[in-house]
Amino acid sequence: MSVGRFLRSLRGLSLSGRIGLGLVLFWGVVALVGPMLAPHPVGAFVDRDVFGGYSSRFPLGSDYLGRDVLSRLLSGARYTVGLGASAAIAACMVGTGLALVAALGSRWTDELLSRFMDTLLSIPSKILALVLIAAFGSSLLLLMVIAAFTYVPGNYRIARALAVNLNQTDFVVAARARGERATHIALFEILPNMIHPLLADFGLRFVFIVLLLSALSFLGLGVQPPAADLGSLVRENISGIVEGAPAILMPALAIATLTVGVNLLIDALPRAGRR
Amino acid sequence: MAASPDAPNNGGRRLALMILGRIGASFVTLILVALVVFVISSLLPGDAAQEALGQSATAEQIAALRQEMGLDRPAYERFATWAWGMVGGDAGQSLVANMPVGDIISERLPNSLLLAALTTLVAVPLALGIGIASAMNRDGRLDRALNIVTLSMVALPEFLVATLAVLVFSVQLQWLPSIALVPEEAGVAELLKALAMPVAALAVVVMAQMARMTRAAIIDQLDRPYVEMAVLKGFSARRIIITHVLPNSVGPIFNAIALSLSYLLGGAIIVETIFNYPGLASLMVNAVTSRDMPLLQACAMIFCAVYLALMLIADVAAILANPRLRNQ
Amino acid sequence: MADASANPYVAVSGLRVSARRPDGSDFDIVSDIDFSLARGEVLALIGESGSGKTTIALAMLGHARNGAAITGGSIRVGDVDLASLGAADLRALRGNRICYVAQSAAAAFNPARTIMDQAIEAALVHGLMSRAEAEAKAVGLFGELGLPRPESIGRKYPHQFSGGQLQRLMAAMALMSDPDLIILDEPTTALDVTTQIGVLQAFRNVVRRRGTTAIYVSHDLAVVAQMADHILVLQQGHIVEAGRAARMIEAPEQDYTRTLMAAAHPAPSVPERGPAADVPLLEVRGVTAGYGRIDAAGHPAIPVLRDVSLSLQRGQTLGVIGESGSGKSTLARAISGLLPPARGQVLLDGAPLPPGLKGRTRDDFRRVQIVFQNADVALNPAQSVRQILKRPLAFYHGLRGAAADARIAELLDLIRLPATIGDRRCTELSGGQKQRVNLARALAANPDIILCDEVTSALDTVVGAAILDLLADLRRDLGIGMIFISHDISTVRAICDDILVLYHGHAVEQGPRDTFAEALHHPYTRLLVSSVPELRIGWLPDAGSAPPLPPVDESGNAADLCPFLARCDTRVAGLCDASFPPRHRLPTGNEILCHFADEKLLPFARGNMGAA
Ligand SMILES: Nc1ncnc2c1ncn2[C@@H]1O[C@H](COP(=O)(O)OP(=O)(O)OP(=O)(O)O)[C@@H](O)[C@H]1O
Ligand code: SF4
Ligand SMILES: [Mg+2]
Repeated sequence: MSVGRFLRSLRGLSLSGRIGLGLVLFWGVVALVGPMLAPHPVGAFVDRDVFGGYSSRFPLGSDYLGRDVLSRLLSGARYTVGLGASAAIAACMVGTGLALVAALGSRWTDELLSRFMDTLLSIPSKILALVLIAAFGSSLLLLMVIAAFTYVPGNYRIARALAVNLNQTDFVVAARARGERATHIALFEILPNMIHPLLADFGLRFVFIVLLLSALSFLGLGVQPPAADLGSLVRENISGIVEGAPAILMPALAIATLTVGVNLLIDALPRAGRR
Repeated sequence: MAASPDAPNNGGRRLALMILGRIGASFVTLILVALVVFVISSLLPGDAAQEALGQSATAEQIAALRQEMGLDRPAYERFATWAWGMVGGDAGQSLVANMPVGDIISERLPNSLLLAALTTLVAVPLALGIGIASAMNRDGRLDRALNIVTLSMVALPEFLVATLAVLVFSVQLQWLPSIALVPEEAGVAELLKALAMPVAALAVVVMAQMARMTRAAIIDQLDRPYVEMAVLKGFSARRIIITHVLPNSVGPIFNAIALSLSYLLGGAIIVETIFNYPGLASLMVNAVTSRDMPLLQACAMIFCAVYLALMLIADVAAILANPRLRNQ
Repeated sequence: MADASANPYVAVSGLRVSARRPDGSDFDIVSDIDFSLARGEVLALIGESGSGKTTIALAMLGHARNGAAITGGSIRVGDVDLASLGAADLRALRGNRICYVAQSAAAAFNPARTIMDQAIEAALVHGLMSRAEAEAKAVGLFGELGLPRPESIGRKYPHQFSGGQLQRLMAAMALMSDPDLIILDEPTTALDVTTQIGVLQAFRNVVRRRGTTAIYVSHDLAVVAQMADHILVLQQGHIVEAGRAARMIEAPEQDYTRTLMAAAHPAPSVPERGPAADVPLLEVRGVTAGYGRIDAAGHPAIPVLRDVSLSLQRGQTLGVIGESGSGKSTLARAISGLLPPARGQVLLDGAPLPPGLKGRTRDDFRRVQIVFQNADVALNPAQSVRQILKRPLAFYHGLRGAAADARIAELLDLIRLPATIGDRRCTELSGGQKQRVNLARALAANPDIILCDEVTSALDTVVGAAILDLLADLRRDLGIGMIFISHDISTVRAICDDILVLYHGHAVEQGPRDTFAEALHHPYTRLLVSSVPELRIGWLPDAGSAPPLPPVDESGNAADLCPFLARCDTRVAGLCDASFPPRHRLPTGNEILCHFADEKLLPFARGNMGAA
């Protein structure tokens, strides 16, 4: 699918799709340039008050140590979006790559890969991620790899089903009768027809990964201080919940708008080819 | 294709064979899970002996405890011993609590099952109701409203749902306790009160996914020619959905339910943590942090076995509901 | 219009159904539709796909598909105007006073519920009779429509029936309420001709006996000629011509009607046969192929083709004909290497080809090209026409850049498409255009042989006839050998030099085309030929007019006997039910698989027209 066609399909979006697209673009831009716009240094204790309210100096108040929430939010968004997106991309590339190998390879390759993925799939994702984190640690890179690993099987399953179906279509059979090699068939005949559903799956994986990383951070096992993603911000300010401090509401709202936005967008993408 | 005489007994036997085959395959998967978990957790830095004695212990003390715990033996030997014990129904000895794993689990499992069962009772009927109502109203106002609601429910982090629930119901309104401690010999009312929030939080999480998949499964059928045929026979929308479409979408719906329910044991970590609920998931988190291998293995086996069993039940139900699969 | 009495029973006037384009503007699917029909008469709607037949048929029940709506005119049935009724009143009419028989019964029955459940549901919902009465009535109708074991089939599920049986069951379901009007939408289009004839007889039988008023939708004039009192021809949502059936068939007034009639019976366009070379271009020797595990003796678990041999000369066309499931496509797959044969050989210019894809050289691949039936799925929807044609040029001939573009322009010219079409995606093309691109992709290889698998079956007769013309020109100009697979004997007869008849994977008859005009044939060929509807009124014999089949011992192991035994009207007890038939050569030169090779094979009765 060409970029032009994709953009054209965006033009026909429903209202909720446009809202989703807006939210996604907003958070994308924040992740890219947000930290540059931060009014205060991320780790600086700038407010004498803790859990301060909205003010002109601290538009989103201050946190439990008197740091500027807006600045921390802008930097946290970069961690969340960056980690989520890179892990989702990695998960989808590995999952789809293996799916193509399984669909076009020998029966044994398929059987072996599928059985292995089923095994991983039957371990709850949070538990799997926890065990992996305990074993390998939780540096940013490891978190990314672990999150990706955890969601490879889900993407593999979807991609394999798509690839197996496409593999039986007449145009692939025609390519095979033409004498084409498996790699050509995988990359030029099958893959271009999977892009649309895979895009939707990528969005879903991204949401799952953001939720997983937030949950891990919330448990204190995710992104480690001094770095903080949106989940860590919620956790560290949890005591502010009683007074409804912006320090906890804002990062929570940020996670919610990000994930809801992606979901709205996926939901509104044209249905063609999604079954 | 031509009409062949029915052979229900034959079909039944084939179904039984299929189920047996699936159970066998599930065992293979279980063994694989055990292996995967074992491999990953044998990479854990430090081990239970070190963890138990702390930083100040001397090398000799640690070595002695290791030997006592059997940690000095090679990994494959430990795995074999453990697997053999498992076959005999013995999950081994917890390295940390120094009591049989079976005892620890049998203490926690009922709690988890109770939470899961109550959540199921709440979530499944609600999810089916929402899914069916949405589908009957396809692209109507109700459908779009429900769509936004379920979408947000899928997208919200569960710690947010749980903390909000605490904020509203125990801090502001003071209706419910913020800790789900079930007192011994509690009455049913007390029990429900203590569990209301964890159940609600979990239900929100699993319900949305089930409702969306139910709607998708029904809508997938709505464009089939047999539905148009039913319209042309003069049936009402309600009749068409209930007597014509639902029997054809039980397969994917059961699958969605099974997937969601399997989440209720292992996925409940956050909810168990926030409400301090003594369930299996938090037990497993403890096992990870204290490197308690046998306990970790046993928990993983339970989660995995539950997942496989639920999937099997869903598949069998789908086959029973489909006359074509049933008779073949 | 149909000259019904002053007060016709069904009267449609000014009917318009509109739909909305994606860009928001409205357009009419059909408009200005007027017709009327007296009680007990049958009106046929004829037209190509997309002409609006189904739209009108559905409007007769006050229904329009998603996105469309009835936006004008009146539809009077008896004394109600459907266009003015509310949803509840319409529901009360549907499945009660007006009933519908859908195009594909296999899809229109609910797969999860029993036949009886579905047959009586409408009668119960509309409160017409009690359950016991309804079941008794349904059993009666099953019998009337010639279904086997009417008392017990109600307990079965749709997947346990054949296509022809399902179509009969659907008609029985529609007749449950003794409707005032019944709509039949292409009820036999998906069936084989040999099955269709029995279903048509059953339909005509019940419609006549009950004096039912009916609207019969079809694209096949010959079928309609057997059923209808009036015919109405549609083109692009408008009425082209209408009148009494006999008049329309014998003296059509409009050009379009004449085109339709001509396309249904393509004129033969076969060039003179050149001298046969010593070594045929393609030879298939004793090929057995199928699916599943192959046992030690070389028999696949699910055998499809059994011991099939054929040969093809350069520049000639071999037609392969048979009903659905007879193994036609499997033959093409076996030759192309997609399905390695379990036994036997495929030889190209006398040299054996490796059985599967593995081991074939790029030149082997180039020389044998396959063109699939359904261009919708045979062309990659993610590619443009140019990309589709570029690949074989680069792959087989190393053509790139300007040379490839020039060749693509040539190819598009060859298949008579404008050069501008190159940049379009095939999803944006019409069915006929897609099939041409599909063909061009095969031609791009400069093949020696093209395997055409039902290349015109998914197309309208007029569009299909144009493709046949194109094929005939190509083989004359390029000298390509062709295997032309089809279920339609008139198409095969129009363009093929030789014909091979497949039945259950056996080549039951093969020989030159001319001999197929003569009378002496394998019993199955005779049945096939006699089942093709002829464009004349009164061609369809009455149900039950064929004598019963001669009795044989049916207990033998079918695999060891003649494959056609169960349906053969020539079979002889003690011979056909005792041993596998040999191959015989008929005096006409055709080779057949039968115990007989003499006058016994002449038609003494009109084929076997029993149950489908
Ligand atoms: N709901 C709709 N929205 C938009 N276009 C429609 C709709 N229904 C039908 N059409 C278009 O109207 C035309 C007539 O359709 P219809 O189904 O009546 O044709 P038909 O003669 O029955 O064809 P076939 O033989 O293929 O069944 C087609 O071009 C079709 O694409
Ligand atoms: S062998 Fe007998 S049964 Fe078979 S086709 Fe010939 S006559 Fe008919
Ligand atoms: Mg139609």
